[in-house]
Amino acid sequence: MAELSLTNDDIQRYSRHLILPEVGMDGQKKLKNAKVLLVGAGGLGAPLGLYLAAAGVGRIGLVDFDVVDVTNLQRQVIHTTADIGRKKLDSAAEKMTAINPSLQVDKHEVALTSENALDIIKDYDYVVDGTDNFPTRYLTNDACVLLKKPNIYGSIFRFEGQATIFATEGGPCYRCLYPEPPPPGLVPSCAEGGVLGILPGTIGLIQATETVKLILGVGQPLIGRLLLYDALGMKFRELKLRKNPECPICGDHRTITKLIDYHQFCGVPSPNQPAPVEEKNVNEGEIDVVQLKAKLDSGEKFTLLDVREPNEYAICSIPGAKLVPLSEFAQHLGEFDKDEQLILHCRSGVRSGKACGILRQAGFTNVTNVAGGILAWSDRVDPSVPKY
Amino acid sequence: MAKILIPTPLRQFTGKQDSVTAAGSTVGDVLNALTSQFPDLRKQIFNDEGKLRSFVNVYLNDEDIRYLDKTGTAVSDADTLSLVPSIAGGAARG
Repeated sequence: MAELSLTNDDIQRYSRHLILPEVGMDGQKKLKNAKVLLVGAGGLGAPLGLYLAAAGVGRIGLVDFDVVDVTNLQRQVIHTTADIGRKKLDSAAEKMTAINPSLQVDKHEVALTSENALDIIKDYDYVVDGTDNFPTRYLTNDACVLLKKPNIYGSIFRFEGQATIFATEGGPCYRCLYPEPPPPGLVPSCAEGGVLGILPGTIGLIQATETVKLILGVGQPLIGRLLLYDALGMKFRELKLRKNPECPICGDHRTITKLIDYHQFCGVPSPNQPAPVEEKNVNEGEIDVVQLKAKLDSGEKFTLLDVREPNEYAICSIPGAKLVPLSEFAQHLGEFDKDEQLILHCRSGVRSGKACGILRQAGFTNVTNVAGGILAWSDRVDPSVPKY
Repeated sequence: MAKILIPTPLRQFTGKQDSVTAAGSTVGDVLNALTSQFPDLRKQIFNDEGKLRSFVNVYLNDEDIRYLDKTGTAVSDADTLSLVPSIAGGAARG
């Protein structure tokens, strides 16, 4: 494709770039000719999309298949209240082209998979990983290594973030840093996790900065260095990140030469499989919220335990429930009677299921989990209870 | 005693502390002292065979212990150990 040059309108628009010797006419032309793929148009993708569009990146691909939800708006600043229910792709593309009408936005309305990743990524110069789950992180890494495309990486959790660049020539990859993902039970779920709304802004803009630096070829790129950000302490730290000679995909004796099944690799159900334990699915040792309501109304004697955290209890609770957070559950076992009827709930039923397991292992026999948790309670028993 | 920085996801196992100290002359000793102090942390950073889990990296100051002497790496009181688990959040759906 012929190289695009700068128009007079461009020169005016980017004047504050052009007078920087590190950017100048050459650099701005590089930006205009650059092709960047953003995987995920959510928390990290939002600031990335806005700033890369404003900076004059000529072509930006977005991969996302989600729709805007009200709970996204606390951090995904590319979407507005009026966008709730719209495709994130449409909402994001609209804002980006409103900022910069000469931008070409490619909308890839798919989940990145082993089948489509190489085909999507091959058309771009740089990939920015703004996904939210381990299977897609490993998939993005492996596809970038195989295609030799730099992967500008960022991830966030509560008040902490990590950023670095993977898969550059001679540089480390995600598998060099973490050869394997954590088993699903060991990481808190998104609902337990939470995230400071501003955090993806900080980390996403570090990714945007590194992307622009790579395009311009200026400065010291964040390669071989893992940047850690702690918003509460307001501290940045840097750790050395080395290429692992034993790495199965970028090392000297690579064993992975094509994309694999990443859901299996991460031990999580594939999106094609039916989801486990939905609220309608009541398993053995469980009751649903309607049965719980009937038990409460009948005056039956039992203890209802809420195993969420105190800050969640402060949002909403089921009348009569006693708060015993899962994080300190084991220390409270002595307060219960081995024979008393214990009924446990949490937000969606996962944590209370774990707490039931702890009780049963400790010899408690009359233990029941409330399927669907307080979310189902709000849906089916008391709609005045807010969902979060 | 060496200082150990605890990242957010693991603070629930250290009584919410972001930094703790533990005694030991090697990384392995310090981590053993740490996990005796906070037993719930043990299964987070060691597997059933007592090996460090591959999604929790341990750094002595700014260097990954995998490229030093692993858990045998010598530690002095002036050193800081960091536990750095993998986190995946980003678009945060749901």
